[in-house]
Amino acid sequence: MIGSDDRMTSFAPISGLVGGALIGLAAVFLMLTIGRIAGVSGIVLNAMTPSDAAGRSWRLAFMVGLPLGALLVTVAGLKDWSGVSFPASLPMTVVAGFIVGVGSTVGSGCTSGHGICGLARFSPRSVVATATFIIAAAATVCVIRHLV
Amino acid sequence: MPIIFSLLAGIIFGAGLTVSDMVNPARILNFLDIAGDWDPTLIFVMAGGLAVTVFGYRLIFLRGAPLIGGKFDLPTKRQIDLPLVGGAALFGVGWGLAGICPGPALADLKTLEPKVLLFIAAMLVGMIVAKAWRDRLSATRALRSNF
Repeated sequence: MIGSDDRMTSFAPISGLVGGALIGLAAVFLMLTIGRIAGVSGIVLNAMTPSDAAGRSWRLAFMVGLPLGALLVTVAGLKDWSGVSFPASLPMTVVAGFIVGVGSTVGSGCTSGHGICGLARFSPRSVVATATFIIAAAATVCVIRHLV
Repeated sequence: MPIIFSLLAGIIFGAGLTVSDMVNPARILNFLDIAGDWDPTLIFVMAGGLAVTVFGYRLIFLRGAPLIGGKFDLPTKRQIDLPLVGGAALFGVGWGLAGICPGPALADLKTLEPKVLLFIAAMLVGMIVAKAWRDRLSATRALRSNF
């Protein structure tokens, strides 16, 4: 169990907007250069699919880029990781990972694919998916933090 | 060349997740916790991302084709069906349990936190299981329609 301090995060609209714009820039860049949607779950899933060996290398490169970007921001002195915490227990984290894997595969996307790329194209499927997963996630947190 | 482009895109994406603190599960959970000490930062992250993509995509699509690869690879499904809604609901439950989704999970590899490694391992298993199940389902359906 974690202390209440671990849970505290202060509202950060500016770094949120800037970071969000960077995420958007990455999505736009990937579309402009190789014509692909920057949906992380789809990229991970298809990187594992043997039937698409040709498309594996760019996907793996994108996946490697994610922690590299995090590292770069840290090296540049722009990130303090002391406030980052993982409140869920280890077993709960494993269960969560499995459910996220199943859900994003069955639902054809995650926060990036539906929530950014899909919404940006005004895809009705992505609007429905994004609303659904935010409501389901909020309900889950409500149950865990306030009812159990 | 596609590898260089996608590596760059991944780096910018990971930098964005880090700057916006979406790599912090506590912040995600505080956004989802409407009844608690609500942290609306995630809305600003989405707003920043959409501000760039809505206009950026529009401009790019005017070109008719990406720089390499010949055509834009866009989802073709239009139907709002049970797998979409059920899958998204399931995804939301998993997201709410730990405050981690696929992009931040990979960016969080930087921390070498054991929970991150286990989350990713479990996520990969979940994806493989779901894909196998989906493939089998569509194979059965194709078989049925042949008779």
